[in-house]
Amino acid sequence: MTQADLLALGPFLALTAGAMVLTLVIALKRDHGLAALTAAASLVAALGAIGPSLDVAPRAVTALVRIDAMGLLFCGLFLVTALATVPLSWRYLEPRRGVREEFHLLLLLATLGAMTLAVATHFASLLLGLEILSIALYPLIAYPERGRKPLEAALKYLVLSGAASSMLLFGMALIYADTGALTFADVAARSTEQGGGLLFTLGALLLFTGLAFKLSLVPFHMWTPDVYQGAPAPAAAYLATVGKAAVIALVLRLVLGTGLLADDALFTVLSLIAGLSMIVGNLLALQQPSVKRMLAYSSIAHLGYLLVAVLALETAADHLMAAEALIVYAVAYVVMTFGAFAIIAVLSAETLATERAAEEDSTVDFDADALTHYAGLFWRRPWVATVFTAMLLSLAGIPLTAGFIAKFYLFAAGVDARLWVLLWLLVIGSGIGLFYYLRLVFTMTRDPEPAANGPSVEADARAEALSEADALQGSWLLGGLLFALLLIGIHPAPLIELVRAALGG
Amino acid sequence: MLFLLILVMLAGGICALLAERVDARLPRWIALITIVIDAGLAATLGSTPLSPDALAALQGAPEPSAWLVVEQYAWVPRFGISLLLAVDGLGLLLLVLTLLLGAIAVLASWQEVTRRQGFFEANLLWTLGGVIGVFCALDLFAFFVFWEVMLVPMYFLIAIWGHEQRAYAAMKFFLFTQISGLLMLLAVVGLVWTHYAATGDWTFNYFALLGAAAGSPWAGWLMLGFLIAFLVKLPSVPFHSWLPDAHTQAPTAGSVLLAGILLKTGGYGLIRFVVPLFPDASVEFAFPAMLLGALSVVYGGVLAFAQDDFKRLVAYSSISHMGFVLLGVFAFNELALQGAIMQMVAHGLSTAALFMLAGALQHRLHTRDMSRMGGLWNQAPRMGVFALFFVVASLGMPGLGNFVGEFLVLLGAFQAQVALTVAAALGLVVAAVYALVLMQRAFYGPPGSAILGMADFDGRETGTMAAMVLGLLVLGVHPQPVFDLTAPMVRVLLATLGGTP
Repeated sequence: MTQADLLALGPFLALTAGAMVLTLVIALKRDHGLAALTAAASLVAALGAIGPSLDVAPRAVTALVRIDAMGLLFCGLFLVTALATVPLSWRYLEPRRGVREEFHLLLLLATLGAMTLAVATHFASLLLGLEILSIALYPLIAYPERGRKPLEAALKYLVLSGAASSMLLFGMALIYADTGALTFADVAARSTEQGGGLLFTLGALLLFTGLAFKLSLVPFHMWTPDVYQGAPAPAAAYLATVGKAAVIALVLRLVLGTGLLADDALFTVLSLIAGLSMIVGNLLALQQPSVKRMLAYSSIAHLGYLLVAVLALETAADHLMAAEALIVYAVAYVVMTFGAFAIIAVLSAETLATERAAEEDSTVDFDADALTHYAGLFWRRPWVATVFTAMLLSLAGIPLTAGFIAKFYLFAAGVDARLWVLLWLLVIGSGIGLFYYLRLVFTMTRDPEPAANGPSVEADARAEALSEADALQGSWLLGGLLFALLLIGIHPAPLIELVRAALGG
Repeated sequence: MLFLLILVMLAGGICALLAERVDARLPRWIALITIVIDAGLAATLGSTPLSPDALAALQGAPEPSAWLVVEQYAWVPRFGISLLLAVDGLGLLLLVLTLLLGAIAVLASWQEVTRRQGFFEANLLWTLGGVIGVFCALDLFAFFVFWEVMLVPMYFLIAIWGHEQRAYAAMKFFLFTQISGLLMLLAVVGLVWTHYAATGDWTFNYFALLGAAAGSPWAGWLMLGFLIAFLVKLPSVPFHSWLPDAHTQAPTAGSVLLAGILLKTGGYGLIRFVVPLFPDASVEFAFPAMLLGALSVVYGGVLAFAQDDFKRLVAYSSISHMGFVLLGVFAFNELALQGAIMQMVAHGLSTAALFMLAGALQHRLHTRDMSRMGGLWNQAPRMGVFALFFVVASLGMPGLGNFVGEFLVLLGAFQAQVALTVAAALGLVVAAVYALVLMQRAFYGPPGSAILGMADFDGRETGTMAAMVLGLLVLGVHPQPVFDLTAPMVRVLLATLGGTP
């Protein structure tokens, strides 16, 4: 291993070192603020290490990983998202009792797993990354450990994720049996050489089934709403964004690297999955009284949209554009989904803080989840409601937001790839989607009424007054997310140039 | 300069939003001042000759001299997207209408809105900004962005300040326009891709795309994507069902903007985009389109007659009037096209006035039900006079703008489709019936239960109404300046169709 190899691995090493330091810090002194700071510092250090790493990229470090600009772009996205999760979870956990410091440690480990997925070029590193990510996510979902719902959600995720992993492994085994190769490049070479046999097709199908589980695509989506609803809001935010985008990054590399999609059977199955996800996800989101569940179903639909770009990778005249569309959509998806969950987390932190004095029983779920919670939010908390509206409009794909640029890119790639049926389904799905996003926006504009289970105006006033510093910190985070959303939406040229440069390098 | 017009509206909206904290009455003044500033800026449009940059941006335009103002800013180079803004006679005419009705909308809601006035005026200004963008944008991407952006504040206007059924109406309005908008986006991307496949260039520039669809087997489908979006907005049967709900439930200013301006974006889109971009497909589709137009004229009129709700009646009459626009555009001759444009402007004024009247009545009587009105003339003679004027204008009395528009459309359409024109002319008879029924039930007869102690128009309302009366009279008696303004553009359009003007 040369010095250049070490430089290339810089972000990974920095994050690993950060995780170890954080373990020591927790062992020496249990302090929530200190743990959060250490986690943030490690993430910043890893972000800083991307620069030197980029200088030596592209570079294959062992057969397992290939550090290139595209992978590093995803790593940067994951690190920034994790960095945004730190203050969010700090704010969420601070008023809660129990052990809080390990949340940040798990966050670092999950990010490490996600980053590994983004640079994997070998089935072994694929599995390694996926397991690091998943195993760190189980306890993240179960936080705080006393709650019943989080535990149930974590267990559900554990069992189904385990099943998905085993399917993935079996798929790899079959592909190995057919081609005798484990690196993506070798698989590609052998399969074009000898043509994919039945074993190969079966293996590829199983492999993508496992990945579809992780991406919660229909019909492998059943776990998603329960897990999103049960998980604490910051963990749900992280799971819904980094947890998904990491697998997307892997799929991009897998499809570009192995040419698996050239297989007709797999292409047909994935087209079906994409269409089903767009329609079923949106339809199921329609009647949800829980905001988290609604976002869960909407994320299923969004991953269905994303799959259109994946399929376009295979049939498009301009492969580069399909890859661009995929990455731009992934970035926009991360920004808007994280934003929506961040709002829930901010509001949840406040409701708990205000109700705690009256309610000492921490087994009750206090997340701001019910639709009634959001009635009149525009007039009670204009800033929070404005940001939430922007996020929802972006999810609906209204212009001047990141979501529109992403959807536009998807249309361009889809038309180029002549995926007409899927594009029609995309239009229909988006049309259905509008309804439930708007319903939530309308709920926020309703006049506040003394709802039975919503917070009272007084409680909000107390929350506002509770801690000026707290509110300011939340505002900074929300402001940053809103800025990113509008920047991509209004002036997308820099992002597009960045993505193109990353794909070219 | 055109971009500045939009930016002033956006900035004015933000100021109005913030000003509410200072004083609840400040936002409406800020809104009015913003519109006046914009009107002042718009008055200078076209006074300077085009710069070399502007002429360069017009490359590919069939008749560069038809354009009064052109400006271009880089936006997304990856796809050849720029913020290309330009107005010709048609654009300028609709721009003036937008600013005029914008001011009227602010004045119409001067005392009606009592809650959250800052956000109200902000949404009003943002809608206007979006509409100005729609009338100026000649980059298809930019056009689409403005097209969608104007809907969001309009949604809020209906959803927050609307009447009893506002949630339903606002949702329906948004879903109809947004889903048809997505179809248009698909068609835009399809058209641009057709051009890309042929030339290897990504561009959303209107002038570059003018001949792009020619010979494409997809041209008909792409045109349908645009057409449906514009027919929904116009609205034409069978895409009209959002309009009665949205108009009835919207606050007065919202109804004025919807009927006066937003519907015109549909007609504008047909003239500016559907016909020039897809000339062959449009000619093929002329008969079904004119059929839909004639159907809308008659159907809207008949349904208007059956309404008890003052605003609903006016809303259905809008469907009828906008049917003439569809009829005129697809007749493909100069008379009919000029008539359609005139109809758009005149209908903007007359319907805005009727909605303002309905709003004033609702504000005073707390009802829109005509069966509870009656005998209003004695109670409020000034209101009665104005109502009579606009009702008569709307039924097509010679000497007023609406007559000029409808008559020219019928004259032109007669050369293209005799049977459909005869059917549409029946619409004028129906119009007389519903218009006079409206007058009869609300203003004549024994006094209704609700009208006791009702105040007449005050100075502000009288002034606003008088301005619109004047506008319709000028359009009706001396319409030639309008025709002169739009004539170059109409001739270019007909030339692309290969027809004789």
